[in-house]
Amino acid sequence: MFFMPRLIRHPAFRLGARDMWPQAPGIAAWGLMTGVAMVKSGMSVTESVLMTLLVFAGSAQLAAIPLIVAGAPVWVILATAFCVNLRFVVFSLHLRPHLMHLPRHERLAHAYFTADLTYALYTRRFAHPGANAAERCEREAYLAGNCCVNWSSWVGSSLLGTALAHVIPTHWGLGFAGTLCLIGVLCSLATSRLRIVAAAVAGAAAVAAWALPLRLNIMVAIAAAVLLCMTLEQLRPARRGGTA
Amino acid sequence: MTGGSAVGATDVWTLAVIAALGLVTVIARGFFLLSDREWQLPAWADRGLQYAPVAALAAVVLPEVVMVQGQWVGTLADGRLFAALAGAAAYAWRRNVLVTIAAGMTVYLPLHLGLGW
Repeated sequence: MFFMPRLIRHPAFRLGARDMWPQAPGIAAWGLMTGVAMVKSGMSVTESVLMTLLVFAGSAQLAAIPLIVAGAPVWVILATAFCVNLRFVVFSLHLRPHLMHLPRHERLAHAYFTADLTYALYTRRFAHPGANAAERCEREAYLAGNCCVNWSSWVGSSLLGTALAHVIPTHWGLGFAGTLCLIGVLCSLATSRLRIVAAAVAGAAAVAAWALPLRLNIMVAIAAAVLLCMTLEQLRPARRGGTA
Repeated sequence: MTGGSAVGATDVWTLAVIAALGLVTVIARGFFLLSDREWQLPAWADRGLQYAPVAALAAVVLPEVVMVQGQWVGTLADGRLFAALAGAAAYAWRRNVLVTIAAGMTVYLPLHLGLGW
């Protein structure tokens, strides 16, 4: 977590923060519009502020807000948020070998702050878990630096959006800057042919399976892309063992 | 907010739901980090996960670009399509996400606000 002095002092913390900086305006535009959306959907300022500070998951928030406002049963709201968050379950499986040397509460704290972009940037920089204590500490500090910039720009802008909800019209479409930010990071991850295939398949599957409830189309898309690329890998054994 | 009439007012039930949603975030993001038990991820799963980040982002992004309210846009008169292409081209040119956002918004805002695309 980014508030631990031992991580902040580590040089990799700055590296992680520096790698996240170019994404900050996109995250901020997206956070701003989420803040605006919360208040415009009929939530009170107190509720919006609490949601920003506690939930820290934009897509789950946007999915839960209409249900909260409509007075849906609690289990429906929580199940919806969990399903929208299912991709994070996949991320946690990926990060497990990187974080398992830590006590549980520290693992969970890191995991809580690790959203889409931090996961993408962290796994881009570190494909493999640390082999010794120094490498593990470096990875932890890098992740913390990443999360620090990501969390600050998201929460700061979301609170600003809550405050300015009646000044910023949603039809300006400023939230699209968040999508553009994701497009930039997506391009930076598409470093091999198979990864380009994975992106194309996942994107197409997510659109084709949009009708599924609870944004399960994202899980279908990840599963389809991963399975297809693993099969293609098997068909080309000579290229296996590379960085894929 | 069970009544629906108190739009904009705070109530305890909603605050409790929000706190529970925070817990959902912790459980989802920490799902495979909850247990202390030792187990090794099978090698095939480890290989497959190499494709998860790029697949997850693509699955989140593409519907945001080509769909409106769950419907295929079906027209080229949409600022998002051109902005996304401009953003991707800008990334290929400069390898910088900031440039991607700037180029995309430079294309998007005039088309969206000026032409209503």
